[in-house]
Amino acid sequence: MKILIPIKRVVDYNVKVRPMSDESGVDLNNVKMAINPFCEIAVEEAVRLKEAGAAEEIISVTIGTSASQEQLRTSLALGADRAILVESDTELEPLGIAKLLKAVVEKESPDLIIMGKQAIDGDNNQTGQKLAALLGYPQATFASDLSIADGKAVVTREVDGGLQTVSVNLPAIVTTDLRLNEPRYASLPNIMKAKSKPLDVMPASDFGLDIAPRISTLKVSLPPEREAGVIVESVDELIDKLKNEAKVIS
Amino acid sequence: MTALVISEHNNDELKPVTLNTVTAAKQLDEDVHVLVAGKDCASVAEASSKIEGVTKVLLIDSEEYEHFLAENIATLVAKIAAEYNFILAPTTTSGKNFMPRVAALLDVSQISDICAVESPDTFQRPIYAGNCIATVKTTDEKKVITVRTTAFDATSAETGSADIVTMEEVHDSGISEFIKEEIAQSDRPELTAADVIISGGRGMQNGENFSLLEGIADKLGAAIGASRAAVDSGFVPNDYQVGQTGKIVAPNLYIAVGISGAIQHLAGMKDSKVIVAINKDEDAPIFQVADYGLVGDLFDVVPELEGKI
Repeated sequence: MKILIPIKRVVDYNVKVRPMSDESGVDLNNVKMAINPFCEIAVEEAVRLKEAGAAEEIISVTIGTSASQEQLRTSLALGADRAILVESDTELEPLGIAKLLKAVVEKESPDLIIMGKQAIDGDNNQTGQKLAALLGYPQATFASDLSIADGKAVVTREVDGGLQTVSVNLPAIVTTDLRLNEPRYASLPNIMKAKSKPLDVMPASDFGLDIAPRISTLKVSLPPEREAGVIVESVDELIDKLKNEAKVIS
Repeated sequence: MTALVISEHNNDELKPVTLNTVTAAKQLDEDVHVLVAGKDCASVAEASSKIEGVTKVLLIDSEEYEHFLAENIATLVAKIAAEYNFILAPTTTSGKNFMPRVAALLDVSQISDICAVESPDTFQRPIYAGNCIATVKTTDEKKVITVRTTAFDATSAETGSADIVTMEEVHDSGISEFIKEEIAQSDRPELTAADVIISGGRGMQNGENFSLLEGIADKLGAAIGASRAAVDSGFVPNDYQVGQTGKIVAPNLYIAVGISGAIQHLAGMKDSKVIVAINKDEDAPIFQVADYGLVGDLFDVVPELEGKI
């Protein structure tokens, strides 16, 4: 079995981003970048499937600027066999990314595509589902458990009311939720080894697809700030405040 | 043209998040229709017809839609969408699952999780876990939108009198199958619709201690939630999780017990009207968003609060 893992370079999850002073976008100057946490879980799941003998080859792919090679190298250090960068200097929307990924899938013919449920920058939560739609593949989103048998993937999904289990025919798209696994750290020898693994670069423009953005960002601003509250000294004072000041209990 | 709201339900009851989604739809178009797709879901269509301002309810009752599998629902919605300018669903795990699939089938860039409507093509939406709000404008003729339901009031579900139109549309992809569901049964309100929420974090120490919160929840008619730390530690199941990747809530009163206040938790609850934090660490970031903070050991404070409330 061949597994494709689309990943994304994003601002590190520990960074608290701020809008630029002219509100034209998010201030990303000198901000630490990393592989999107949900994508890391996808890489880990693919590597575990390979270690269990269920997969032979893992290919990581990203759509982004040349700097994204750094995250592809990370995926190679974690266990991917080779990587593909579809290079684009302009920021693409999930729809455009899904179209490019579809072209990569058609070229590589993976049996399974595992990817993060959302990137923690745009919080769109779209690309996996859109890729599935464009390919006509089934999807199992928000996975907390995955097993492969008889040409199918059985996936437990985290849903609002609890858990749902579905079976999808391969090839399929699985998107990861937080509790699917705990990603490993790359070891130093593996980081060294990753440097010599193949990484192909192809310009997005070579695909000849309509990936022009449909959405423009007019403004990025701070959310309304909460007023600083007060520290109460006792349970009695708390109940008094809730009853008589906030009037949220009676 | 018209707006179409995809209702959320369990084939028996209409979920309240649908009512907030209708409110967003009404800001876009005067004419709002509601789609009820499911199996044996006539009661949901009946309830939907009473939503104020809804002019038509489309009922599609067929077994392929029983479990709302994305493959079947998306094909159905994309087909019906020909007649509509706006297609909206709540940003729930269900809406998040099938709506991008609808958008891709229509070659539309979805606008996820809107928290305000500025005009029929311009919206506000949170990015970076709610640390920034982006104002975005789309050039797509058809708009596929998911709605942050806590940002819109619920429309009344009593006064409407829409026609219910039954349609036959069968789309069974045959490539995915429902196996089973483990849905928590509770007499408490749902987290996303609750007026009061009491949530526990890592400070609860174990799952059994969550029973401490039940007494207060009973007295206040509250839902019980949890931080990601408490869910990851196995104290409570995933459906309790409030936060960026769990549920987004905005009750009148949110009581955070033993929760430190990681960014990703705050992203899920900071729009609550009144926030109370109980934590023994006075430097915990949760106190920076709390209206009322009480520094103390939750194992003393919670029983006292339950007794006096």
